[in-house]
Amino acid sequence: MLALLLIVVAVVFAFQATRARGLIASALWLAGVSALTALVLYLYGAHQVAVIELSVGTGLVTVLFVLAINISGDNPMSPGWVVPLPLAIGISLLFILVLGWMVLSALPAPAVATPAATVFADVFWQGRGLDVLVQVVLIFSGVLGFLGLLAEVKAPLGGSLAESVTSDRDLELKAMEEQLLEGQESPE
Amino acid sequence: MNLSPFTIALIGVVGLLGVGFYGLLVSRNLIKVVVCLQILAKAALLALVAAGQISGHIDLGQSLALTVIVADTIVAVMGIALGVQIRRRTGTLDVRKLASLRG
Repeated sequence: MLALLLIVVAVVFAFQATRARGLIASALWLAGVSALTALVLYLYGAHQVAVIELSVGTGLVTVLFVLAINISGDNPMSPGWVVPLPLAIGISLLFILVLGWMVLSALPAPAVATPAATVFADVFWQGRGLDVLVQVVLIFSGVLGFLGLLAEVKAPLGGSLAESVTSDRDLELKAMEEQLLEGQESPE
Repeated sequence: MNLSPFTIALIGVVGLLGVGFYGLLVSRNLIKVVVCLQILAKAALLALVAAGQISGHIDLGQSLALTVIVADTIVAVMGIALGVQIRRRTGTLDVRKLASLRG
């Protein structure tokens, strides 16, 4: 029953994350969803994943969201939706009803599954070696992509952009010099 | 009403999927779209662990869930970085305005 309570609260938090006007509030609601999901995972016996979800999903991702919102600004948008709101609500409810009906009607009879005598580390490092490799590649490319996307754009050493920048700067310098000269001449 | 743990998890999966889907439909802010994708990923995570538990292979479910966490985090990171760059270059994060951009 505790799991049901946590799941219901998580769904409510998720709904608040989609409804929140401010982006910071939305990110914090999402952190709540992550924390509650981690608790549910722990209750279900997935201890390692729960800890990782708590640290990565609740910690790292939230920090990244707050960082990005601070950079880009938390400007509230004018009211309006991509899809008309009644249509979006109708489609979502239909989606929930159809998916819920399909899933719950196809539920197997509750059977007591005999837990396999395996260790998570063995399954992860040996049984799912390819997954580990894919994760390493994903992390590497993600970090590189993040750094590349957040880097400031600099003018190349040569080419039309650099030339236009230097010519604009020369024009500004000339205008400043003329202003200074006029300022010196006018008191006399 | 006596609900099994698997049924409870499935209720959560369907609920989170529905809310995430609704958020994707109504959100205009690019950062909020990434938030909705994160909600969808939480549903996938819960489904994998619940399936692993009912089948007796919780370790397999955990290892797959770990892969989902990594992929989901990378998607969030790239989405955030793209959002920041788009904001710098165009001055807006509104998907309706971005859809009408030319060039």
